Amino acid sequence: MSPKTLFDKIWDSHVVRSIEDGPDVLYIDRHYIHEVTSPQAFNGLKERGIPVFRPDKTIATADHNIPTKDQHLQIRDELSRNQVERLSENCKKYGIELYGLNDPRNGIVHVIGPELGFTLPGMTIVCGDSHTSTHGAFGTIAFGIGTSEVEMVLATQCILQPKPKKMKITLEGKLHKGITSKDIIMYIISEISASGATGYFVEYCGSAIRSLSMEGRMTICNMSIEMGARGGLIAPDEITFSYLKKLPSLKGISNFNNALDEWKKLQSDPEAIYDKELTFNAESIKPMITYGTNPGMGMAIDDSIPMSDVKDNKASSSFIKSLDYMGFKPGMKLLGHPVDYVFIGSCTNGRIEDFRAFAEVIKGRKKADSVTALIVPGSKKVEEQMASEGLTEVYKNAGFEVRQPGCSSCLAMNEDKIPQGKYAVSTSNRNFEGRQGPGARTLLASPLTAAAAAITGRITDPREFIKE
Amino acid sequence: MPKVKIDVLESTCVPLPLENVDTDQIIPARFLSATSREGFGDNLFRDWRYAKTGEKNENFVLNNPVFGGKVLVAGKNFGSGSSREHAVWAIFDYGFRAVISSFFADIFMNNALNNGLLPIVISDDLLKKLQVLIQKDPGTKVKIDLEKQTLTFLSTGDSVKFNINPYKKECLLKGLDDIDFLLSMKSQITSYENNKSLA
Repeated sequence: MSPKTLFDKIWDSHVVRSIEDGPDVLYIDRHYIHEVTSPQAFNGLKERGIPVFRPDKTIATADHNIPTKDQHLQIRDELSRNQVERLSENCKKYGIELYGLNDPRNGIVHVIGPELGFTLPGMTIVCGDSHTSTHGAFGTIAFGIGTSEVEMVLATQCILQPKPKKMKITLEGKLHKGITSKDIIMYIISEISASGATGYFVEYCGSAIRSLSMEGRMTICNMSIEMGARGGLIAPDEITFSYLKKLPSLKGISNFNNALDEWKKLQSDPEAIYDKELTFNAESIKPMITYGTNPGMGMAIDDSIPMSDVKDNKASSSFIKSLDYMGFKPGMKLLGHPVDYVFIGSCTNGRIEDFRAFAEVIKGRKKADSVTALIVPGSKKVEEQMASEGLTEVYKNAGFEVRQPGCSSCLAMNEDKIPQGKYAVSTSNRNFEGRQGPGARTLLASPLTAAAAAITGRITDPREFIKE
Repeated sequence: MPKVKIDVLESTCVPLPLENVDTDQIIPARFLSATSREGFGDNLFRDWRYAKTGEKNENFVLNNPVFGGKVLVAGKNFGSGSSREHAVWAIFDYGFRAVISSFFADIFMNNALNNGLLPIVISDDLLKKLQVLIQKDPGTKVKIDLEKQTLTFLSTGDSVKFNINPYKKECLLKGLDDIDFLLSMKSQITSYENNKSLA
């Protein structure tokens, strides 16, 4: 048998049928849904008069448009309230498990899936959300889908999907102090551009990837979509297995050791062929920040904004438009630039490790008066853990208020909007125009860089705050 | 999913020669709170189309009466970012039936095909040529023939073949729906499940 990549092994074992010259019919093990991209799919089922085919394989949460304050009160915005209510009605009607608002297990879909033991190695996982790629950290094929595809999965537990090409990204070497998984993925995206992996599914390999915790790996896989990739995955190893072993329960697993034997097989064969292979050196990575309006427009924090996006040539109109929006000029340095808002949270950096990193910088210091900070845990569990580890207290003493979980300012569907023209250092995943509110200017960065900005009120190299 | 049939389309074009137009620009997140598929066209490119005060931004191409038609001619890496199908619904609801670019984001491409919005990929050079033709003469028409998989610039006679997955092409020509197809496979899906649980 010819050698196979891990991606091929998982994909091929989930093909119910291959259509000649067409997409594959792919079986889906886990389907996550939320309030924003599911209502039209349920409408479709209703119009056809059909049930959800396998309701036990779909799990729902409310996260995108919910408030992060006073969650016990009725949602003020009528349209958001209606969407959240529709989700509850649909879940009830079709027999789907809902971890909704005020449920102690509620949170961002890509944070609760792993922490509740729903995301398991070797699975196919989809959700009407592009950051579904997060779950690839567990050695799964996980990717975002549109609402028509949500309807397909609800109706048949399958999806029609052309098989993507395969890319291997290897990161070798040792990371410097103060460099996080967020810097790694922002570095890779800045090297290959926001569309550099379109059409591919990425496998991340190498010693620097292996050294990361599950939280760190989730941050890497999460942002695969920001370089255009369909998804990204990391083969499971002892770090994965020990994370899973510590969870209170694993859905559908009755005997851990039997499952473990299967999971250990989930590796690419040594001779497996990828359509493209890229190698990077972990030692070249510095704290990263974005200066433009797509995640490919990133640089080391102590660098200057490039003069052009076209090598040895005049900048494109898209590049100029992007810098104009940000209020920046080519060649400018960003260190020392004033910051108005800081946001830590989202499915990219809303896990306990991220809040620990942020706390490491702010402990014993005070938030700059000029900065408004949005501190938003990714889930109820993260919120609880912050309190029990004493982090909530550290945040409070430094002048920060911890909010309730949700997607919040990452996409600003709720009230957590950054005002027109203001600069926000955000640990989220997208710096698109208006992403955090109309006219908002987003600078993507790691939790450490966000914390340094929150303390100084300026773009600051976080290494100044990290003890050697 | 709506069942839309496409065969031949002849139309003038609307040029939008920007790269990396993401789905947050196509339809900002604050307009995603609806629970039906209709009406998103009103907010297509909302923050480029309207000033914060609600007035039309006269410089934006959709507000320029000189340009019109059912074909949007976009820049490279169109539809990147979020998986929101609302982006495709907004473009379709506004009246577009095809988008031409040199490069589409993967999820956008799937979403477009699932809603009868034809994504047509042509070379960077040809895309630039088409943008110039439209700027020079907004009356420039293109003809898209799905059966033959050809895109023709009617003023110059340039004609190019475009790629489309044969299964998707068949669906669009006949107005077929993926869900009908998958529902017809239920017994095969069930036997897949049974085999898997035995393995």
